[in-house]
Amino acid sequence: MTDTLAQFAVEIANGTIRVVDLTHTLDPDFPVIILPPEFGQCARFRMEEISAYDHRGPGWKWHNIHLSEHTGTHFDAPSHWISGREVPNGDVDEISVENFVGPVVAIDCSAEAAKDDDFELTPEIILAWEAQHGRVPADAWVLMRTDWSKRSGAEYLNMQSDGPHSPGPTPEAIRLLVEDRDIRGFGTETVGTDAGQGAHYTPPYPAHYILHGAGKFGLQCLSGLDQLPPTGAVLIATPLKIKGGTGSPLRVLALVPGGET
Amino acid sequence: MTTPLTRPPRKDPLKRTVSPTQPPVIRSRAALGLTARAAEGRFALQTCAECGAVQYPPRDACSGCLSTDLPWRDIAPTGQLLAETTVQTSVKQYFRERTPWRVGSVQLDAGPVVICHLHGDVAANARVRLRLLLDRAGQGVILALPQERTDHMADDPELRSMSSDPHLRRVLITDARHPFAPDLAAALQTAGATLIFAGEPENWLPNPNRAALEAAGAEILPLDVTDTKSVERMAGEIGGKTDILINTARFMRPGGVLARGGTGFARDEMEVNYLGLMRLAQAFGPAMCGRTADGLNSAVAWVNILSVHARTNTPGFGCFNASQAAAFSLSQSLRAEFRSSGLRVMNVYTGPLEEDWYQPLPPPKVTGPALARSVVSGLRDGLEDVWCGDVAKDFEERFRKNPKVLEIELGQEMGE
Repeated sequence: MTDTLAQFAVEIANGTIRVVDLTHTLDPDFPVIILPPEFGQCARFRMEEISAYDHRGPGWKWHNIHLSEHTGTHFDAPSHWISGREVPNGDVDEISVENFVGPVVAIDCSAEAAKDDDFELTPEIILAWEAQHGRVPADAWVLMRTDWSKRSGAEYLNMQSDGPHSPGPTPEAIRLLVEDRDIRGFGTETVGTDAGQGAHYTPPYPAHYILHGAGKFGLQCLSGLDQLPPTGAVLIATPLKIKGGTGSPLRVLALVPGGET
Repeated sequence: MTTPLTRPPRKDPLKRTVSPTQPPVIRSRAALGLTARAAEGRFALQTCAECGAVQYPPRDACSGCLSTDLPWRDIAPTGQLLAETTVQTSVKQYFRERTPWRVGSVQLDAGPVVICHLHGDVAANARVRLRLLLDRAGQGVILALPQERTDHMADDPELRSMSSDPHLRRVLITDARHPFAPDLAAALQTAGATLIFAGEPENWLPNPNRAALEAAGAEILPLDVTDTKSVERMAGEIGGKTDILINTARFMRPGGVLARGGTGFARDEMEVNYLGLMRLAQAFGPAMCGRTADGLNSAVAWVNILSVHARTNTPGFGCFNASQAAAFSLSQSLRAEFRSSGLRVMNVYTGPLEEDWYQPLPPPKVTGPALARSVVSGLRDGLEDVWCGDVAKDFEERFRKNPKVLEIELGQEMGE
């Protein structure tokens, strides 16, 4: 085992294994999920100087930051959703840390999502992917690549008068992944694990409802999933240890095979 | 006839910006009564409660009967010009920079003779209309104007030095998402503002006001008052050419303390309505204060739009109103901090607005055009306090009669 870890360090150092960043910069202008205005709202990321080598503190610069558990690239714990409220160890501080490092597969929907803002990930697409890359392994992260993270500004939420329009999974697709494949969690490049119009499925917001009800995790606002191979990468996603937290902003990294680059 | 002002040439970057100077500041406590009336655009003088004599200048005892009961009363703002002169030089730096300066004495129809500033269009021995205005020291002074309107009369240098006229000035509307931002922009454009900037937070969300603002000639720029860096960035870009700032940024949700459950919305209200004002003032205030003598398009006014319930709360919007009270209190501090520069803080108090968050409330409500009219006329009159609409005016009257009775009455009106 010592040899494995030593070899791992060597391979990171020599580029055989590459570390890639799947995280958006925490930026005040990065969109957050928008709910009807009478509901409570997700805090935007804000940063205030405490001092900047000035009369408020002559030799140092530091900031106070203010944000939601669900601001920027973030992790959803089971307790985030009403279906997961009774899940044991459902808060971020209670989740066993082995869950934060593990295998990841990426389903590339970028071509379809480029043509259809409301593109749906269906069981058929997952089965077709499996025919090519093998069965989704149990306890793996499944990430839906849409290249949505390359969008910015109004294009990202794509808010219309009938709500946001962005791709996501159907209830059947999430059931297949959770109930038949027993995945660890599901992640997207959009603002939520659900489609922009996810409120109109049964159940509403099926990814949230089904994933968290089964004690699975979510990752959203991921960036640059085009850096991932379909299979064979390892995801490192470690939420902050927030007492009773339902989620957490985090730095999401992946270990991918290096080589040609 | 007043020579109409034309748009000034672009500033010579090799010339030092003229530092603001002030007309005389010191007043007796009694004379501050003039300033208080000028701040809200009333023409009032002390009138003896015993003998009825109208007093000028303000004093502590009646000039006729020595009574000390001298309540301020609105009086007819009319009179007859007796004598006039034009000051060609002065030991006061402020006037020295502005000569020739016309002054005169006017016999008020109400009695006393007043020494006053004199509009250029007043003819010799003419009947005049008087206005009590704030000068750039923020003190009440009397200006005599022609009885009838004359062409371009607002362009008179003495009147313009006392007003905050948007004509030929550059205005920043801080929140382009305020439901009335397009009406404000349209009214400012009509009033002759040369540039209208509208700050837009969160350009990743649609803004239904965009087309109307652009139609009114407004330039939409990114500005979010909850984000210090965003405010600093925009002040860096346009702070040096912002002559009038109208703070329309507002976050509101209904509900008093118990209706809310949690402090989330209250925090947002304080972030936007109180800290947002503070961020704007810290970023834009110093540059504006430094430009109050910068020629025709000098920095002149800072406008806050506040709920009249900043003064007395009511539980229907109890938490929002608390943030308005905080903003109101901050506006008083700002007014005092800006005063030495001549930059004027104008608060416009409104009752419920004709928009979504006040939708369940019955009329009368303030419409966009009505608010815009109040803002523009308040600026033209150089006011500090403006009550827009019947609800706000009625509120103020009740507040002045008995604030405690008003508090009790408002507490019984749960819906508002």
